[in-house]
Amino acid sequence: MKTTDHLGRPVVVVTGTGIVTSLGQGKQENWAALTAGRSGIHPITRFPIAHLSTTIAGTVDFLEASDKGASALTFQLADLAVEEAIEQAGFARGRFEGPLFLASPPVEIDWHERIQLHQVGIEGEGCERLLDAARRTTPQPLFENSQFGTIAERLARKHGTRGLPITLSTACASGATAIQLGVQAIRRGECDRALAIGADGSATAEALIRFSLLSALSTQNERPEKASKPFSKDRDGFVLAEGGAALVLESLESALSRGAEILGVVRGCGERADDFHRTRSKPDGSPAIAAVTAAIGDAGMRPDDIAYVNAHGTSTPENDKMEHLSLSAVFGEHMRCLPVSSNKSMIGHTLSAAGAVEAVFSLMTMREGLIPPTINYDNPDPAIELDVVPNTARKAQVSSVLSNSFGFGGQNTCLVLAREPV
Amino acid sequence: MSDHDVLITGIGMVSCLGEGVDAHWSAIASGNQQPVLETERFKPYTIHPLPEMDWGLQIPKRGDQRQMETWQRLGTYAAGMALDDAGFKDDEQACATMDMIVAAAGGERDVAVDSAILEAARERTDLDVLLNEKLTTELRPTLFLAQLSNLLAGNISIVHKVTGSSNTFMGEEGAGIAAIQTAAARIRSGQSTHVLVGASFQTEHPDMLLGYELGGYLERAGWRPLWQRHPGQGGGVVTGSAGVFLVLESRTHAEARGRKAYAVIRDVVSAYADRTAGVLSSDLDVMLDALLQEPRPILAFSGASGAHEPTREEWAALEKRGIAARGFSALTGHVKEAQFPLAVALAALSISHGAAIPPLDADRETAFDAVPDVVLATTVGYHRSEGAALLARA
Repeated sequence: MKTTDHLGRPVVVVTGTGIVTSLGQGKQENWAALTAGRSGIHPITRFPIAHLSTTIAGTVDFLEASDKGASALTFQLADLAVEEAIEQAGFARGRFEGPLFLASPPVEIDWHERIQLHQVGIEGEGCERLLDAARRTTPQPLFENSQFGTIAERLARKHGTRGLPITLSTACASGATAIQLGVQAIRRGECDRALAIGADGSATAEALIRFSLLSALSTQNERPEKASKPFSKDRDGFVLAEGGAALVLESLESALSRGAEILGVVRGCGERADDFHRTRSKPDGSPAIAAVTAAIGDAGMRPDDIAYVNAHGTSTPENDKMEHLSLSAVFGEHMRCLPVSSNKSMIGHTLSAAGAVEAVFSLMTMREGLIPPTINYDNPDPAIELDVVPNTARKAQVSSVLSNSFGFGGQNTCLVLAREPV
Repeated sequence: MSDHDVLITGIGMVSCLGEGVDAHWSAIASGNQQPVLETERFKPYTIHPLPEMDWGLQIPKRGDQRQMETWQRLGTYAAGMALDDAGFKDDEQACATMDMIVAAAGGERDVAVDSAILEAARERTDLDVLLNEKLTTELRPTLFLAQLSNLLAGNISIVHKVTGSSNTFMGEEGAGIAAIQTAAARIRSGQSTHVLVGASFQTEHPDMLLGYELGGYLERAGWRPLWQRHPGQGGGVVTGSAGVFLVLESRTHAEARGRKAYAVIRDVVSAYADRTAGVLSSDLDVMLDALLQEPRPILAFSGASGAHEPTREEWAALEKRGIAARGFSALTGHVKEAQFPLAVALAALSISHGAAIPPLDADRETAFDAVPDVVLATTVGYHRSEGAALLARA
């Protein structure tokens, strides 16, 4: 087996994956639900919904940290996924010894902690009083939660990763970027394995309100499981959700030498930033087209070689239209026989985690020979002609997947995954 | 010399010392630059404030300026200066293929809205309902975009058309270290030919001070020389605001367009000492030994924060190697994510001027009279992450 790719770089494979979403914990639970077309979207119970126009989400409510704030939950989502991935890859616990790339949401001090701190203050008003309170108490856990490097440090120490861990954000593309950075580090020969994680437990009231104010969220609250309907005519926004996924990336050479089971290959990564607008993408789709084209080129493949697209498919009017436009431009006639489905129809938009979560599902799609459906596809958008694998999973031999991630702020990252090394 | 050597061909910088490489060099090389301080607004904290800015010089559209908070304007401005300085500013093709790595935290929250909620919370028991009520009615819809970490990079793409790739690293000083280390590694391996890398930090906001003071890191008794801040007067850190961006370029790419470089980045190393285990000093030794195979007296632009323990450890590590440290935070303040980019920028200026600078703290720092052919840039985080780079003549 050839251990270098078409450009002479080390081939990068995946030898361990782990996942947590609103559908459950672990690959087995998630896959069963996802391929049964079950939705993880539900009414919000974590905080009161008074005054909110969106009252549904795909929050992860079954973990110990689910009510402990965004930082604690993001850590736990990442940690559980990492444990599953490292166990599958067969590395010793606590001694991963490769670099860590964590995609996670920007850190903010939880409102409950903010208000508690404020009560300790004596002098000053409002935010000034928080500083007064900090001078009086220097509260260690609160300090750690205010630092952007904390979650990665905890993961790095616990799992024994090597070197300065990298915490990154490319908005909704973050999870894919974490994988891309890991792949690039292995290709540079800096390491023979890397841990790529996407985790997001930041579905707070404030996060929900911020996206609501940008008119990005679905308000179809009556039937939560029906709200996320990518590529449908009556789609009206994405559903905020949480999740975590981890991938053990490894050079093919390293995986072969230790006899590890190969779950799939990361053949190509492509990215392109959009310079058009802070929340809207360029009308001609050129940045998304460039990102898809770059990923396929990086993989040493042609568009016709792609067997399935794991779409970004957020269910916003804009994304799905733009994604269809760019896929059409890249794939042309090949689109007629190219299934394109959106995991987000069931799990919602897991934001910083999405790229990693959907990469794990893409790998399972190839291994299991089963394409997860796009559910809630009852009212197709006539302007979007796609085989979206409507409503029920489909058996198919899938040898390669294009997984798309297009972010707010214009950061687009695409991955090409393959079932087997060449 | 190699085709893939990592050259610094553009520098954009703004701090309390002014704008641009010349203003910074003349300030730090003068030997008598007094710290620029704001002592009243955030009492008991002293900060190094931004100079008066004309944002329109690098962000021509008022609409773009309005969409950003100060930290984003500052970063976008400094990025524009770096592109200008490298001769890339209006080169659409070069910007469209340019990679970008930004180190960023979050942006400024709305103090008025937050303060109103905090005050109202003292009278209410239904805190979560209060939050929904206030946030749904009082948040500016676009403020979110002015706060999101990755939107500094987003704004740079929009304003300066840098679109080859866009990554944002988070995590205080470590983000700046990893950004430069990754950018340099990409060039050295041939993954990138030219990269825009940098950060901005705007300290003039209570939340930005809170991020330090929850850990007790801020100096509370006015400004003192960097190496002479002692427990009992607060945590030792005096913060500043700065935007610093570098254009890194492969030797081949720079030579092909006939650009002169400030310096070459020979190597970047980083560490991640488990400080609770007391291994910072040995980790600093490992890091510096990796960089300086033959120990000799050289000049170092030290990003020491002033935080007591790491600053003491760094001083000791440099002093025992006979390295002449220049603790620039004494003049610029600590600029968090931008700290390492600033250290590297100042080291590059020293190389390109073929001159050292006089001690910034005459009581502690030692003279360095030779022409520096290699210069060290360091950043030891106030709480975590360590990094250093060795620069030489291009």
